[in-house]
Amino acid sequence: MVTGAGIVSALGIGWPANAAGFRAGRIAFRPVTLFDVSRQRVKTAAEVELPSALPPTRLTGKMARRLDRASRMLVLAAHEAWAQAGWEPADDLPMVLGTTAGGMSLGEAYFRVATQTPQRHRQQPTRALHYQPQTQGRTIASALGLGGPITIISNACASGTNAIGHAWELIRSGRHPRVLAGGYDALSQLVFAGFDSLQTLSPTLCRPFDAGRDGLALGEGAAMLTLETLDRARRRGAGILGEVIGYGTTIDQHHLTQPHPQGDAALAAMALACQTARVTPADIDYLNAHGTGTPLNDSAEALAIRRWAGTRTATLPVSSTKASIGHLLGGAGAVEAVVGLMTLREQWLPPEAAFETPDPACAFPIVRAPQDGRVTTILSNSFGFGGVNATLVLRRWT
Amino acid sequence: MSRVFVCGLGAVSPAGWNLPAMREALEKGEPLPLQTLERPGWAKPLRARLVPKPVLRPALLAHPRLRRTSPITQYAAAAALEAATVLQSNPGRNDRLGVVVCLQSGCVEYSYRYFGEVLRDAATASPLLFPETVFAAPASHVAALLGNTPLVHTLVGDPAAFLQGLAVGAQWLQEQRVDRCLVIGAEETNWLLADGLWHFEHSAVVSGGAGAICLSLEPATSLAVELRAITDPHTYTTRKSRARAAQAMRAQLPPASPVELLCDGLDGSPRADAPEVAAWRDWAGARLSPKRILGEGLMAAAAWQCVAACDAVASGRFLAANVSLVGCNQQAVGARFERAGASVSDSPSDASERSISP
Repeated sequence: MVTGAGIVSALGIGWPANAAGFRAGRIAFRPVTLFDVSRQRVKTAAEVELPSALPPTRLTGKMARRLDRASRMLVLAAHEAWAQAGWEPADDLPMVLGTTAGGMSLGEAYFRVATQTPQRHRQQPTRALHYQPQTQGRTIASALGLGGPITIISNACASGTNAIGHAWELIRSGRHPRVLAGGYDALSQLVFAGFDSLQTLSPTLCRPFDAGRDGLALGEGAAMLTLETLDRARRRGAGILGEVIGYGTTIDQHHLTQPHPQGDAALAAMALACQTARVTPADIDYLNAHGTGTPLNDSAEALAIRRWAGTRTATLPVSSTKASIGHLLGGAGAVEAVVGLMTLREQWLPPEAAFETPDPACAFPIVRAPQDGRVTTILSNSFGFGGVNATLVLRRWT
Repeated sequence: MSRVFVCGLGAVSPAGWNLPAMREALEKGEPLPLQTLERPGWAKPLRARLVPKPVLRPALLAHPRLRRTSPITQYAAAAALEAATVLQSNPGRNDRLGVVVCLQSGCVEYSYRYFGEVLRDAATASPLLFPETVFAAPASHVAALLGNTPLVHTLVGDPAAFLQGLAVGAQWLQEQRVDRCLVIGAEETNWLLADGLWHFEHSAVVSGGAGAICLSLEPATSLAVELRAITDPHTYTTRKSRARAAQAMRAQLPPASPVELLCDGLDGSPRADAPEVAAWRDWAGARLSPKRILGEGLMAAAAWQCVAACDAVASGRFLAANVSLVGCNQQAVGARFERAGASVSDSPSDASERSISP
């Protein structure tokens, strides 16, 4: 059961701001201000506007001041989920995080100082320490008073989904009664330049599954979920936001950066998730696609959805919320899981406002305008650089 | 819970490109010669122990996925292939193989080169380098090299996360999601990483390489080594110092025995070693410290410790080996490997009754 959810994206901080933005299909891209993009092809991304102060936690003022951008987003998301769940601190509570870059901006700063002013050491140890994802995990543990194991999964863009899936498996297997899980990534110059040099960034607007799509857009954010057994949630009288009922993960060995054109691994991930959830495509009311907006990824995913959904394809509402907030990499799967919970709780479907021309390869209807819907079960896809594919199935709790 | 056995070992280290080379260096007991890494702006270079260039180009590098990869992938792939030799003995079985790659610093060489290019002129930075900077790249390449790999994860953390990787592999086996699971710890190094380490321990000697352990539920095809226990991960918190975490880990492993080995993570750096030295002060049995010989290889070193422990048990030199991983900034975790079928402890420890869980 999911009893708490926290979310940070370019649409805002917290559930209400994000729910309003996703429901309306707001687009949150703007010129990049965090680093120099003057020599890049693309100069926009979905930057988060971070508040000047963090919510009260167990972090000291000194600890809070040291936090990098990724850690601040993570603290905000974790605090929201934690407060909503009403969990108490514990020394044995496990945490599973997904990220691709950790505190990359600190690593970049370390590089600059070491190569440009090598005699300067001030703050270099702090940068070296805080850029590592495990330090960010420990920051959350310190903020919330936790002491359990921290597992960090870095399966590229599937990391957040894998983190939630792994946490779900820890609970389902009886290893732990509750787990804090999620994903995060902040924008960084290295990653932005990397996608730009691969020419995968859209020079216009990210339009997943549109016939005229020309690339992805990067964003940043974090999301955290509190997962626990039904018995535990009931005993506590906790509010239940939704239920994780299925998870599948597979590997696409076709290429480091390109999916198999037939979407074989994506199909297998969806099938596996539905198998564990004991549902069929007919039971799925909405599919939150990985939908990056690149020609190759969307074609492969569209074909995989068609092969997986069969006769359901023509009526299955699909959208990619990356059209609103960009690709959050390690944070994408977790943020999109929270979007899935929003659709289940509030009974609407998130539209792609910039979508114009359907790609004939996409045999499913794209949600193009804000709309209410009867949503009981949803499926969320995340497919990673390197080939790890992961799918979650979430169900409404009534 | 099903019992988990070790069915293959592999290592790439400053001693060479296979386990026999590492074994020989560890048996000799003398620290390998030091190399230097030039540090721009400094007269005094940094110290390192580097993986030697192979005498012959490894055949695995002919695989299309490995031609342009960074050294970390090549180390991981070589160690993985060595550990997976058992698969080649019966290719008709087509075992489903899980792959867990554990990293701390990850793909530092290409990241260094790529970000340098970005700062010089982002418009001309090489698109060939960027994909190899991603933590998930080595696992992706290893999975492609090995074929039937339905489950692949990359775990990041301090070196003790290698034992989390072993626990994940054991979990996948016990849930029957794979037939065998390769757990790999790998690192590559350059002057920037050595510079980072220098800030915390001036005497540290950075190194790179990989270690791999292949797990299975089948004793028949194993090396007669059983993964008997992995302790709880003892995370460092404001309330639990590194020293306390090390002691808590130590308390979950058995007392010293003359027929057992302790494979520890000491590298001769007094400050960094202190918590582990204190935690194992009572240990009177045999002790092996691979990092003193091979250098501070971070996640690779954690893997070397486990590989060396398994190798010592597999060879019959010891009936059991304990591994102590007191990570630099996350957690302390220990593990215990026993000779399969051997009874080595009259007084079952906490560890011998524990299940293996991440």
